[in-house]
Amino acid sequence: MKNEKLQGRIVVQLLPQLRNLRQRGLAGWAILIGAAIVAAMAIMTVASPWIRPYDPILINVGPILSPPSAQFPLGTNHLGQDMLSRVYSGGAIMFQVAVLSVIVCLVVGVPIGLFASYLGGYTDKVASLVMDSIYAFPGLVLAIAIAAMLGPGVVNMALSIAVVYVPSYFRIIRSQVLTIKELPYVEAATIMGAKSRTTLFRYILPNVIPSIVAVATINFADAVLTSAGLTFVGLGLPVSTPDWGWDLTYGRRLLPSGAWWVIAFPGLMVVLLALGFTMMGEGLSELFNPRLQK
Amino acid sequence: MPLLDIESLVVEYHTLRANVKAVDRVSLSMEKGHTLGLVGESGCGKSTLGLSTIRLVPPPGKIASGHIVLGETDIINCSDEDIRKVRGKRVGYIFQDPMTSLNPVKRIGAHFVEMIHTHEPEVSEQDALKRGKDVLERLGILPERIDDFPHQFSGGMRQRVMIGLALALGPDLLIADEPTTSLDVIVEAQIIELLKELKKSLKLTLILITHNIGIVAETADRVAVMYAGRLAELGLTDDLFEKPMHPYTQALLNSVPNITKKGQVLSWIPGAPPDLAEPPPGCLYHPRCPHAFDRCKKEEPSLTKHNGTYVACHLYDRR
Amino acid sequence: MIMLLLTFVFLVVRVLPGDPASLHFEKQVSPEMLLDFKRRLGLDKPLIVQYFEYLVGLLRGDFGKSMQDFSPVSQQIFSAFPATLELAIFSSIIMVLVGVVLGVQASRSYNSARDHSIRVFGIASYAIPVFFLGEVVIMIFAIYFHLFPAGDRIYPGMAPTGLTIGGLHWSSGLFVLDSILEGNPTKLGVSLRYLFLPSLTLGTVLCGIFIRLTRGNMLETLQLDFVTAARARGIKETTVVYGYALRNAFLPILTMMGLQFAALLAGAVLTETTFSWPGLGRYLVDRISFRDYTAIQGVVVFFGILVAMVSLAVDIIYAYLDPRIRF
Repeated sequence: MKNEKLQGRIVVQLLPQLRNLRQRGLAGWAILIGAAIVAAMAIMTVASPWIRPYDPILINVGPILSPPSAQFPLGTNHLGQDMLSRVYSGGAIMFQVAVLSVIVCLVVGVPIGLFASYLGGYTDKVASLVMDSIYAFPGLVLAIAIAAMLGPGVVNMALSIAVVYVPSYFRIIRSQVLTIKELPYVEAATIMGAKSRTTLFRYILPNVIPSIVAVATINFADAVLTSAGLTFVGLGLPVSTPDWGWDLTYGRRLLPSGAWWVIAFPGLMVVLLALGFTMMGEGLSELFNPRLQK
Repeated sequence: MPLLDIESLVVEYHTLRANVKAVDRVSLSMEKGHTLGLVGESGCGKSTLGLSTIRLVPPPGKIASGHIVLGETDIINCSDEDIRKVRGKRVGYIFQDPMTSLNPVKRIGAHFVEMIHTHEPEVSEQDALKRGKDVLERLGILPERIDDFPHQFSGGMRQRVMIGLALALGPDLLIADEPTTSLDVIVEAQIIELLKELKKSLKLTLILITHNIGIVAETADRVAVMYAGRLAELGLTDDLFEKPMHPYTQALLNSVPNITKKGQVLSWIPGAPPDLAEPPPGCLYHPRCPHAFDRCKKEEPSLTKHNGTYVACHLYDRR
Repeated sequence: MIMLLLTFVFLVVRVLPGDPASLHFEKQVSPEMLLDFKRRLGLDKPLIVQYFEYLVGLLRGDFGKSMQDFSPVSQQIFSAFPATLELAIFSSIIMVLVGVVLGVQASRSYNSARDHSIRVFGIASYAIPVFFLGEVVIMIFAIYFHLFPAGDRIYPGMAPTGLTIGGLHWSSGLFVLDSILEGNPTKLGVSLRYLFLPSLTLGTVLCGIFIRLTRGNMLETLQLDFVTAARARGIKETTVVYGYALRNAFLPILTMMGLQFAALLAGAVLTETTFSWPGLGRYLVDRISFRDYTAIQGVVVFFGILVAMVSLAVDIIYAYLDPRIRF
């Protein structure tokens, strides 16, 4: 029964603000368009095994470095792999890394944020100190350091990104909790004898969820960009997996020979995906976090 | 030739919900030396009307149609540079809240110098300061205070400073938008006296915008009553006060308590001003009007002239 | 806070993978060689000892030894640092300039197509991976149009020598500054040409937040009464916008610049790699490909110290400039 009430509250909190997105001006449009883009790319990636003309890993399906043509609409790369297929399937890694990093952040960051800010005192001070230190650090550099140590792989990349991003969740949750904690109806609940845990979960958490959603969406965007960055510096995955990040990295070296299509199309995909998430995140932020992060 | 001629002015605010007509086909003209009192409730459009004369309607507001002519200048269509020259030099504007209308980090002297320099760049800073001091003195403020910051003045004195700034360049027209609303009654009386005296000595043409019908009675030659963006009544002050024609004007005057009458019951106008995003059909006042009849609900009344007063009411429009 | 950072980095590099030394070697290495290797780098001592040595070393400016050739990492860091600094400075200039100008333009034409497109640009520019933009920029300006060089910092023989008084030499390492000090306009021109594309790329990617900040601040300020009153006095629009309103935004912009420094450094890593700019970022990426973990640690630590110093400086400047604290 508790779960139902919690869910009910979440739904009640989120829905009214999400209704009539079109009427919400620029923010609403941003969310809709962003979500559409993300959904389209997700579908494309999931459906790729069926819609792609060639196996993206197979080499020499076509002539090496041939420009876009009827047979290979997006051209081929230096290994003779079909770029179209690689573009269809290349998002898989990025999606995986992004989703995983968000999950880790939620599992780690949300509880820490909730408990530290609710409990206050030393817990809060220590947690804030740690989080602020990480937050102040150049994100990519830290991710590089961690990824370099952990080694290649989807999980490791996700972990590196998660570590860098947890402070953002922490901060937003903390500022929200601190505000809500002081609100009269929360005080009333405590006076009426509600246990701390109850107050935290039934009163504070549902109010914090919209902000978490907004941060998570921007987290997705950053994860996409950071994973591309990590791959770029060589901390990505083994070459065989089709990945936009890899194509971007390799495509660089092919540019001087004039093969622009190897880097251009995957690059465009990354931009679009990051853009989609960013638009969603910005729109959600405007609706849910008035003036908090800015 | 009138100094200011406003014809069929329409000012719209473009909001997400609808286009709201803050000013709906209002026509006015001002002769030189004349004083017009512009009265109405909050939100009736009188401030918007005042701001449109110097083309300062804030976005999302826009002048949609009509004509405003000041002397020989077409206010609506003239260039940005031309309108800038009008502001301050030919039209002085006094805002409601002198606290927020002055730049808090600038001294009073700097305000004067900036303004004078903008319009008369040849004037030296010394001369500009001197002129400022003269103005302050005229308004009853010690000239040495020209070096003070706005927050060092009291409300009434700040308003005098504003009046001084508005008049510094000798404009033809002075528009005072709720000049006394943020002041207490005694200071208000002083400011009104000041305005009256300036009006006489400088032969000012004055538009006094207010929701306080009382101060209009002693200062204005003519009074215009606005309701929901439209002109309800426009006539000589004495006529309007003695024999108000429009039901709204009547109600307004009735709602001012008379301290001489004993045992008076406070009267007010029932209902609320219309939502301009979805205005009622016909006469905008009809939902609150005790004399409303069928025609009022369907047809919008147009401004007609009766014995020198203009009224927009079907009661007087037997056609 | 800085201590925390340093400890954190230490933990990451030394503790995480278990043994950075063996990680360094691709092939199997005999235990004697491994031990010898470790000893030369000080990696054989117990962790606590290593930690203290690390901290003490930092105080002396010692950032460890490279795994590749046992040379002191600090040497490399300090020689590569000016390049990154120069890039950071010029990127900041572009970032703030573009951001503020566009932000002002957007606020002045509120809700218009121009406003919306500027806002979209602000968001979109951040979504582009900086190395992708870099490549595009190189393609267009360097390869297609031959307007700017495609990489590197300068060509041989053109490095400015800085100030020379008598027999004494001093150069800052910042080519633009050095060529001015040297009084050599040709070198100045060349330095700027090489600097332009990378700064443009990095600046553009990061300007979005300045657009948003300036726009928001301006919109708020421009609605204030005293702005309308100033307009009513006939004050020129440009004076109103830049003199009155922008002054308000000045302080937040400054603070934001400080906050963005970390992002600048992060972006610099990728930008330097793309443009073959010989700075710290490229050094870091280099070391990664060589699996030089001690060097990586040294560079990352240096970054951390940099960021901490900059935020301290920003705090000081802010306290000095905030009128509320002064008056």
